[in-house]
Amino acid sequence: MRHIISILMENESGALSRVAGLFSARGYNIESLTVAPTEDPSLSRMTLVTRGNEDIIEQITKQLNKLIDVVKLIDLADSDHIERELMMVKIKTSEQMRDEIKRMTDIFRGKIIDVAPTTYIVEMTGPSEKLDAFIAAVDPDAIIEVVRSGPTGISRGEKGLYL
Amino acid sequence: MELSGAQILVQSLIDEGVEYIFGYPGGAVLHLYDALFQQEELKHILVRHEQGATHAADGYARATGKPGVVLVTSGPGATNAITGIATAYMDSIPMVVISGQVSLPVIGSDAFQEVDMIGITRPCVKHNYLVKDVTKLAETIKKAFYVATTGRPGPVVVDIPKDITAPHIKVPYKYPKKVSIRSYNPIVTGHKGQIKKAVDLLLSAQKPIIYSGGGVILGEASKELTEFTRILDYPITSTLMGLGAYPGTDKQFIGMLGMHGTYEANMAMHESDVIIAIGARFDDRVTGKLDLFCPFAKIIHIDVDPASISKTVRVDIPIVGEVKPVLEQMIELIKESHKKPHKKTLEPWWNQIEQWRAVKCLEFDRESRLIKPQHVIEQLHEVTRGDAYITSDVGQHQMWAAQYYPFDKPRRWINSGGLGTMGFGLPAAIGVKLAFPDADVACVTGEASIQMCIQELSTALQYKTPIKIINLNNRYMGMVRQWQEFSYESRYSHSYMDTIPEFVKLAEAYGHVGIRIDKPEEVRPALEEAFAMKDRTVFLDIITDRTENVYPMIEAGKGHHDMKLRVALGTSTERELA
Repeated sequence: MRHIISILMENESGALSRVAGLFSARGYNIESLTVAPTEDPSLSRMTLVTRGNEDIIEQITKQLNKLIDVVKLIDLADSDHIERELMMVKIKTSEQMRDEIKRMTDIFRGKIIDVAPTTYIVEMTGPSEKLDAFIAAVDPDAIIEVVRSGPTGISRGEKGLYL
Repeated sequence: MELSGAQILVQSLIDEGVEYIFGYPGGAVLHLYDALFQQEELKHILVRHEQGATHAADGYARATGKPGVVLVTSGPGATNAITGIATAYMDSIPMVVISGQVSLPVIGSDAFQEVDMIGITRPCVKHNYLVKDVTKLAETIKKAFYVATTGRPGPVVVDIPKDITAPHIKVPYKYPKKVSIRSYNPIVTGHKGQIKKAVDLLLSAQKPIIYSGGGVILGEASKELTEFTRILDYPITSTLMGLGAYPGTDKQFIGMLGMHGTYEANMAMHESDVIIAIGARFDDRVTGKLDLFCPFAKIIHIDVDPASISKTVRVDIPIVGEVKPVLEQMIELIKESHKKPHKKTLEPWWNQIEQWRAVKCLEFDRESRLIKPQHVIEQLHEVTRGDAYITSDVGQHQMWAAQYYPFDKPRRWINSGGLGTMGFGLPAAIGVKLAFPDADVACVTGEASIQMCIQELSTALQYKTPIKIINLNNRYMGMVRQWQEFSYESRYSHSYMDTIPEFVKLAEAYGHVGIRIDKPEEVRPALEEAFAMKDRTVFLDIITDRTENVYPMIEAGKGHHDMKLRVALGTSTERELA
């Protein structure tokens, strides 16, 4: 099953490689990983998407907790949460395609954030499946470049990951 | 007080109570060595190879319970230390390794003797630090010792760039009394509800067994384990790492379990209905094939490391906490309980165990004209009155030492269990002897293992650490040969050495005493002679039966109840190897 593990960790050099190293050393897979400092500059927050059965996920969270740089973590998949991913797509646009791309972007509630003579850049956020759906809806030959942040998430209500 | 980085390091170690530091100098640590030269409190032990430094510090740590401290230079000094760091990591031994690093401005430029020590040690340390600011040095050292010695212990590396230790940069020094790390809070006491549940289950058992491990020794809980076992009157088995936590000569002790454990211990595990694992980690050499492991048992597991629980074997009642306080709580509950175990209830179980014991799985050919390695260990036990510190290398001799030298006290049996590092025994023995100069210290080894760190014989002379080397010389890498005999139709691929040094001459060349024997009747007198030479290191080269195998054995893919026994095969004296 797919799990989204959110990790608060010391914002120190090497912390990221400890997490990545743990996954490769123990043979766990990482589907995606995003990391950035938080409002407290001494802390970073990482969101990591992985897959595995309950036993593996239990080991992953225990092993992560064992890392000295890891302050706290939660498995977002354990409760109600909101998940978002940011995507930017550079699309080839001929004269006749421009309206079509604009319409599609509106339907998916994206924005066109760059207009060049032959290209558009579309920005879109949402759950990963929505972004997948947009890509599927655009002519594959028109797509020049896709950049995705990987999902990040936050739990609903009072539950959450904070100190 | 204003000190340079080098002085801060030395003073921090002194303030931390460090007695010995095991090391080897080099370019990146010259400032540090200069600071060491100018003081007398901290004693430096100059080894002959950095691997020896880590194993000696490790042996010191295992024997004393105090962290071992190592100092190596950057680059090759640092990489040579890796095997020893990984050895300590696998057995959860507290150790602080200081490595020199090239100066901060040149890090990353492939400078002379530069290696990414933080990166290279990451998978085999509990934690590591790169010191980038001299004002943080003392605090970092304190943190390193704190992390290394608390919770589940382990090695911590502190990598110090050369410019941090420069003599002309002086900063105020104060060694912190305490440090706290917000992201590191090891659990000490166990959950009360879980402990209660565990005691209830234990007291309802018909066929219980106590399975204790190295965590009991690391957690200084030998006394509690012994009391716990005695009030319950349950059988107790131990892992290789846990030997000595409970007296090995006591009748409730049914021997080591696992691949080369006793028949009675493995059968009792297999048939048991309740197992309590105490500071043990269900290692693959203990469990055998996981699907066949203890099919009838409910399992209680006490461990300080939550990640050890249900890692390989699902347990029914996990208790996260230090072994000592958890056992204390359990003892109290058992004493209060009115459901104390009855002798009557346990009688059939003990009778069954006695039947398994009667198989005498450790019996061997005592009439042989060749020296049997088992006989050597038995004699070693007698000559040292069971009271020596025994270090070992890795292989057949290690298993024989574990099987035939019953340890009655914790911290007496010093071996590399997890990583299985050949070359560990000799430097480890030096570390032990430094800690306990008046104790008998012997290194049980083989002619292959001993050659991996033999250069440390020179260290033993320099620091006057008279140890006894019991070299079980069978002219084979015995354990490799044994597996090749069992699993590869006796194709002994590279498991022998055509040229073996004359160890007597070698010992003499290093300034020690060498004795070679090849007859069974010589064993006892040679051992007595060796141990009588209190102030000399003696190398006993003992030519043993080269066909001897370690029995009993659980072969790969089999369960505890499916052991290969010697009785079924006869003894191997007359057997010719192909």
